[in-house]
Amino acid sequence: MATFQRHRAFPWLLLLPQLAIVAIFFFWPAFQALRRSFYVQDAFGLGERFVGLSNYVAVLTSALWQQALVNTLLFSASVALGAMSIALLLATLADRVLRGAKGYRTLLIWPYAVAPAAAGVLWLFLFDPSLGIISRALGSLGIHWNQRLNGGQAMLLVIIASVWQQMSYNFIFFLAGLQSIPASLLESAAIDGAGPWRRFWTITFPLLSPTTFFLLVMNTIYAFFETFGTIDTTTGGGPNNATTTLVYKIYQDGIVGLDLGGSSAQSVILMVLVGLLTLIQFRYVERRVQYY
Amino acid sequence: MHNVTRVLASTAMVSGLALSTMPAMAATEVVWWHAMEGSLGEKVNEIADNFNASQSDFVVKPVYQGTYIENMTATISAFRAGNPPAISQIYEVGTATMMNAEGAIYPVYQLMADSDQPFDPNNYIAAVTGYYSTPDGEMLSMPFNSSTPVVYYNRDIFQEAGLDPDNPPTSWPELAAAGQQIVDSGAAACGFTTTWPSWIQLENLTARHNIPFASDANGFGGPSARLEFQQSDAVIQHIQNLVDWQQSGVFNYGGRMDQASPQFFTQDCAMLMASSASYAAVRDNSANFDFGVAPLPYYPEVIDPPANSIIGGASLWVMQGHSDAVYDGVAAFFHYLSSPQVQADWHQFTGYLPITEAAYELTREQGFYADNPGTDVALEQLTGGQTGEYSRGIRLGNMPQIREAIEGELEAALNGDKSAEQAMQDAAARGNQLLERFEQSVN
Repeated sequence: MATFQRHRAFPWLLLLPQLAIVAIFFFWPAFQALRRSFYVQDAFGLGERFVGLSNYVAVLTSALWQQALVNTLLFSASVALGAMSIALLLATLADRVLRGAKGYRTLLIWPYAVAPAAAGVLWLFLFDPSLGIISRALGSLGIHWNQRLNGGQAMLLVIIASVWQQMSYNFIFFLAGLQSIPASLLESAAIDGAGPWRRFWTITFPLLSPTTFFLLVMNTIYAFFETFGTIDTTTGGGPNNATTTLVYKIYQDGIVGLDLGGSSAQSVILMVLVGLLTLIQFRYVERRVQYY
Repeated sequence: MHNVTRVLASTAMVSGLALSTMPAMAATEVVWWHAMEGSLGEKVNEIADNFNASQSDFVVKPVYQGTYIENMTATISAFRAGNPPAISQIYEVGTATMMNAEGAIYPVYQLMADSDQPFDPNNYIAAVTGYYSTPDGEMLSMPFNSSTPVVYYNRDIFQEAGLDPDNPPTSWPELAAAGQQIVDSGAAACGFTTTWPSWIQLENLTARHNIPFASDANGFGGPSARLEFQQSDAVIQHIQNLVDWQQSGVFNYGGRMDQASPQFFTQDCAMLMASSASYAAVRDNSANFDFGVAPLPYYPEVIDPPANSIIGGASLWVMQGHSDAVYDGVAAFFHYLSSPQVQADWHQFTGYLPITEAAYELTREQGFYADNPGTDVALEQLTGGQTGEYSRGIRLGNMPQIREAIEGELEAALNGDKSAEQAMQDAAARGNQLLERFEQSVN
């Protein structure tokens, strides 16, 4: 301890690169967004006017923004739930495989290495109303698939593409979690006469809860922020904004529409929302988590 | 927001890098940012190389910056960082944003007057330059790649359905009847589809019928313009027709931008409404059938003969912040670019329209139109009709997002979520909010 107290500056020096990155790529832009959200500015920055909270009022009262909020909640909940439950199922199954386990695992982890935009294009091809294999198959079953007009189908498409992407990430964590559960616990339960279903829900699932909680937070953040590429390549936010999420709307207003004030206000609101959501998760969901 | 700022910062950084790695040369460098990819991008490089070889004072450096949107964002952030390119290619819907950025742009008419290059605006095709000129006819940017929508039709399907492939429909009622006959005869599953729904089914529809799209002469009068298309019965009727035709199979909505084209290539749809610049793509994808080109239809009960259609595409804007030597180079390059040989070559290679009468004449003399039937339809449609007050073009701020609003509401109407009239009212209401915000930001 005494050694370190003489070197007050040294730890800070070691921390500096990380702090600099956070400051430059997070705090500075966040501060800029906060500042700009109180101004109306032309695209070229030739003039700006302080408008107080009117950007915020415009955003919060906009029907399109409210729709984007609803879309985001529906989309995020579906993606998190879908990606986690499928990954858990696959991990449980893969955990039992004795022969060729490595091969299965590699195949299941693979989708994570596919770039979101590429994954989006892939699903778009499968579901293309005139060329897609899946849409043709659905057509022969009497289901008319056209995500370019049907908002519900478009939402389903982006959910499927995002779930497929995120599933692999969850799979790795669930598999690692499963493998760290002591086999003796499950064996003694089996000797006591507990069936596989019961063993899973009373032993495995509670012991996995730290992993599940971690993944819940990560998946929510993924669905909120990292699905931009998938949405942009598959639906472009359409039809009629049915798949426009909050992040996608910020892009549309800020980059396409060059409305810096309005999109800054949206991103500040989004930051607050996600902060609140994470807080709620830590306060209420984490209580039920059993660390061991 | 940090995502957006990060994109801006990184594009600025990358472009700065591109500039700094260029070798130092005695000749003055003129940097040209553009959004032409693939073979179009190679053509851009070829034009610059030929210009550079033709003289030794200036070197034009084309730099590909991604999509139109990406290039515009990159140009704006570079300007904000004090390091803009000399020339930037901006899509037609960005025109209002550019022309309202006084202090950021150097109007082309002024640039040409300040330089000693010969320049006569009357040599240019008015229907093309009008889109990029002030109401007094002063050219603000140099038209580069302009196109106008036409109808591509499958001659084989026409034959099979008992229609005359040499006499394609010219009016909307004829087109609908032909579409119905095609569907009824089983020659194809759908009559027609459209790319760029807002551009073709609304912007060009209003222009061709000389119906106001927006007040203040479609926005040419200034940023206080508001949308007016929703007040026209003819427009509402057309949208209602599209909804009805979607039901009957005469029409099949194929998505935004040019997502609908595959439906024509796979012969699911007998007709495709698309840009004249899609000619090469249609030719390359129609190995299994013969196709023809027809002008965009009109409603004879609304207007006869129709007014001209309007253009889409992009133009070249000159940015402030460079030395006189650079601007001399830009002027010399624009002079070169407007020459009949360069224009005729560009027009024939890409399907984009020539910007001067001389290039059109040269192309005709070279026998290009005779060898490639249908390639002159676009230019005839653009220059043949009577130019009306509302067929010069559309100049509205936030136009990319207004298009999104229109297309979104059109999708809602086609899906049966709301009536045609309600959809257009909602589209206009959303668009007018965007126009109000734009007016606020430039004042």
